[in-house]
Amino acid sequence: MRIPLLRLVPDNTNLDFFQFRRFSFPVSAILSLLAVLAYFHYGLNLGIDFKGGTLIEVQSKTPKVDIAAMRTTLEKLQLGEIQLQQFGDNEVLIRVAQQPGGDQAQQEVVAKVRGALGESVEYRRVEVVGPRVSAELLGYGIIGLGLAIIGILIYLWFRFEWQFALGAMIANIHDIVLTIGFMAVTQIDFDLTSVAALLTILGYSLNDTVVIYDRVRELLRKYKRMPMAELLNAGVNQTLSRSVITHLTVTLALIALLIWGGRAIHGFAAVMTFGVVLVGTYTSIFIAAPMLMYLGVGAHRERASGDGASERS
Amino acid sequence: MHFSTWRAFAIIVVAALICAIAIPNMLPQATFDALPNVLKRKMVLGLDLQGGSHLLLQVDADFVRKEKGENLRDDVRRVLRDTKIGYTNLTLQGQTVSVRIRDEKDVQEALRKLRELSQPLTGVFSGSNIQDLEITENGGLIRLAITPAGITQRVGQSVEQSIEIVRKRVDELGTVEPSIQRQGLDRILVQVPGLDNPKRLIDLIGQTAKLTFRMVDMTTSVQQAQAQPPADAEVLPSNEGQPYVIEKRIVVAGEDLIDAQPGTDQRTGEWVVNFRFNSAGSRRFANATRDNVGRPFAIVLDNKVISAPVIREPILAGAGQISGSFTAQTANDLAILLRAGALPAPLTVIEERTVGPGLGADSISAGIKAAWIGSIFVIIFMLVTYGLFGLFANIAVAVNVGMILGILSMLGATLTLPGIAGIVLTVGIAVDSNVLIYERIREEVRAGRSALSALNAGFDRALATILDSNLTTFIAAAVLFYVGTGPVRGFAVTFGLGILTTLFTAFTFTRLLVALWYHWWRPKTLPI
Repeated sequence: MRIPLLRLVPDNTNLDFFQFRRFSFPVSAILSLLAVLAYFHYGLNLGIDFKGGTLIEVQSKTPKVDIAAMRTTLEKLQLGEIQLQQFGDNEVLIRVAQQPGGDQAQQEVVAKVRGALGESVEYRRVEVVGPRVSAELLGYGIIGLGLAIIGILIYLWFRFEWQFALGAMIANIHDIVLTIGFMAVTQIDFDLTSVAALLTILGYSLNDTVVIYDRVRELLRKYKRMPMAELLNAGVNQTLSRSVITHLTVTLALIALLIWGGRAIHGFAAVMTFGVVLVGTYTSIFIAAPMLMYLGVGAHRERASGDGASERS
Repeated sequence: MHFSTWRAFAIIVVAALICAIAIPNMLPQATFDALPNVLKRKMVLGLDLQGGSHLLLQVDADFVRKEKGENLRDDVRRVLRDTKIGYTNLTLQGQTVSVRIRDEKDVQEALRKLRELSQPLTGVFSGSNIQDLEITENGGLIRLAITPAGITQRVGQSVEQSIEIVRKRVDELGTVEPSIQRQGLDRILVQVPGLDNPKRLIDLIGQTAKLTFRMVDMTTSVQQAQAQPPADAEVLPSNEGQPYVIEKRIVVAGEDLIDAQPGTDQRTGEWVVNFRFNSAGSRRFANATRDNVGRPFAIVLDNKVISAPVIREPILAGAGQISGSFTAQTANDLAILLRAGALPAPLTVIEERTVGPGLGADSISAGIKAAWIGSIFVIIFMLVTYGLFGLFANIAVAVNVGMILGILSMLGATLTLPGIAGIVLTVGIAVDSNVLIYERIREEVRAGRSALSALNAGFDRALATILDSNLTTFIAAAVLFYVGTGPVRGFAVTFGLGILTTLFTAFTFTRLLVALWYHWWRPKTLPI
């Protein structure tokens, strides 16, 4: 007996993705606008990598932690803005804002907190980032994103025509804007790990876009007379099964990270899941592919087919 | 779908060898130690996984600059005095010392002597004939400017010296495999595994530990000195809180110490630090104590008086002790600092990241658990979707992960928690390359090709796509590696390596598996 193999996308699927742009373009425009608004309204919750300050993760030695008492104790230290966040029964994340007075002043925070909490807790993690380092890390993060986009753009330009590179870049920026909006709304810590997540999302989304573009390029060579809309549709449809299957596998891997990967990479996994699973695929199919039409891919070819038509008449 | 025998053999041997390099990671420590040295290669666990402290230290470059300027001014004064050339207006402004030579006829002689102060730069600048000083003369006014290259070199030397001293100090703590390396122009990265409270480490590293023995100035009172600072003395605070007026002239400095050990005083029982001078130091100390019996001298550490005992009798043996209400630990730490020597410039901790051993262990188990569960999900999904070909894909992915671990071990790279995440994502990417191939084969089958020609066309056409899509992702990984630090870099390493191994398996290994299967079974239709 043979068990039939799973076909998530039926053979010869032919959905009209190109028509769908009438819906997807405005939706994306609105979502991007909302993301920008969210960014300005809520702002990013900058982690200590970029903002500087102190982060201390403690685990109470008693089964349950008295967070109110801990807050009172720590507030007596007068360290300015101080946040406590409880995880589980006995773990607390303490964040202390950057102290005035340069790098040296930050070091004293840890000593003071240790002095106040004493041996009642286990210190699981201590991070202190001084103002000099945080400014540099933010700079590196921005440079990194910029370099990645430019590098990829140049690569695509060499491998494809410039329209493809531009289309991929618009799709890219769309991904990044939406993901940053997501981070603003959820207030997930924006730190170095988030930059890593953003770059990975970029890579994945491009990976997807390139697969579709590759097919479009192949079809452009093969069907010299097919109208552009039809051709783009064919490109998306022919790669649809692959897009769905790949995204399911990546989703499975990410869900494993999200649920079982531990809190240290939870934020990373959450951002990745949003970016790769929700945005990346959508962008490649509904934004990057139809975008090619507007960027004039195959424009000279249309003319050529026009000539062909006149020859025939 | 044709592989020559030697090529098939080569592919399997390469894949198996690279995977095999990862094996020592799984051996128990005792077995690992028994391996011959060539095979002793292992991934290093990042501080986030094994627990430990990461400290980024900044060398105070401004201090180095200022000191270099002051030294130059003192040198100029010394040279002109030694050669008995009259001068006025010796000033230091920023990095430039200027001096006016009184007598016109001495100018050339002064220039000649002062030029000897300038040193050619070594290191990266060697051979380019760049000097650390630029000396100009205009109507008897000589200017000596420290060149930017000279400053850079001096800062660099300070960093190198600081690294040596920090290393000595950290080694004294007896921790396992601390790593101390230079970062950028003026920074030092200290990583100490297994240390869950770096406070003592920071205290040890953060002190300049410049020790001097000087005489207490008895000719003036503290109040007078504060109101009207004398030329050759300064007011310094002390550990007990009471300030002293201390002569600027240094009798003996920390450089002349050859040993320092903590101990207890035989009479009082309190903790002290016993020290010994080298012969030059002994001689100077003996002379000074002989001439000043009955007067107090001061032991000054980082511009703070530790103690100021009165000299009861000349100290000729070149050994002594420092007392100053120490505990066992502070006496020991001071001894460590004195043995290691003074830092050439102050160090500031600008970044600290410490992970306790408990969290590290939790992160490892969570990371490994997530990796296994993720892999199992993917394996099942591939089997359900592609059947036998799914099995091939799973084997290829397993080889892929094995190869990543092998290369990481070979490089002795650091595995961090984000690094594990990178491996999990590689599983996703590696599967994608198989999906691209299989979907293409399915298409070719639908287009009516025979089994063999569908396989060939599927692989050939999919590979171009795989190359393009993976190289774009690789660019992102390369940028991450370049701009990232610490854990992020760990992610970039595994993610980037994963893309390369994916390309290798997609282009060779998977294809070989399918080819072997095809030549064995000669199927008419493909079970895909």
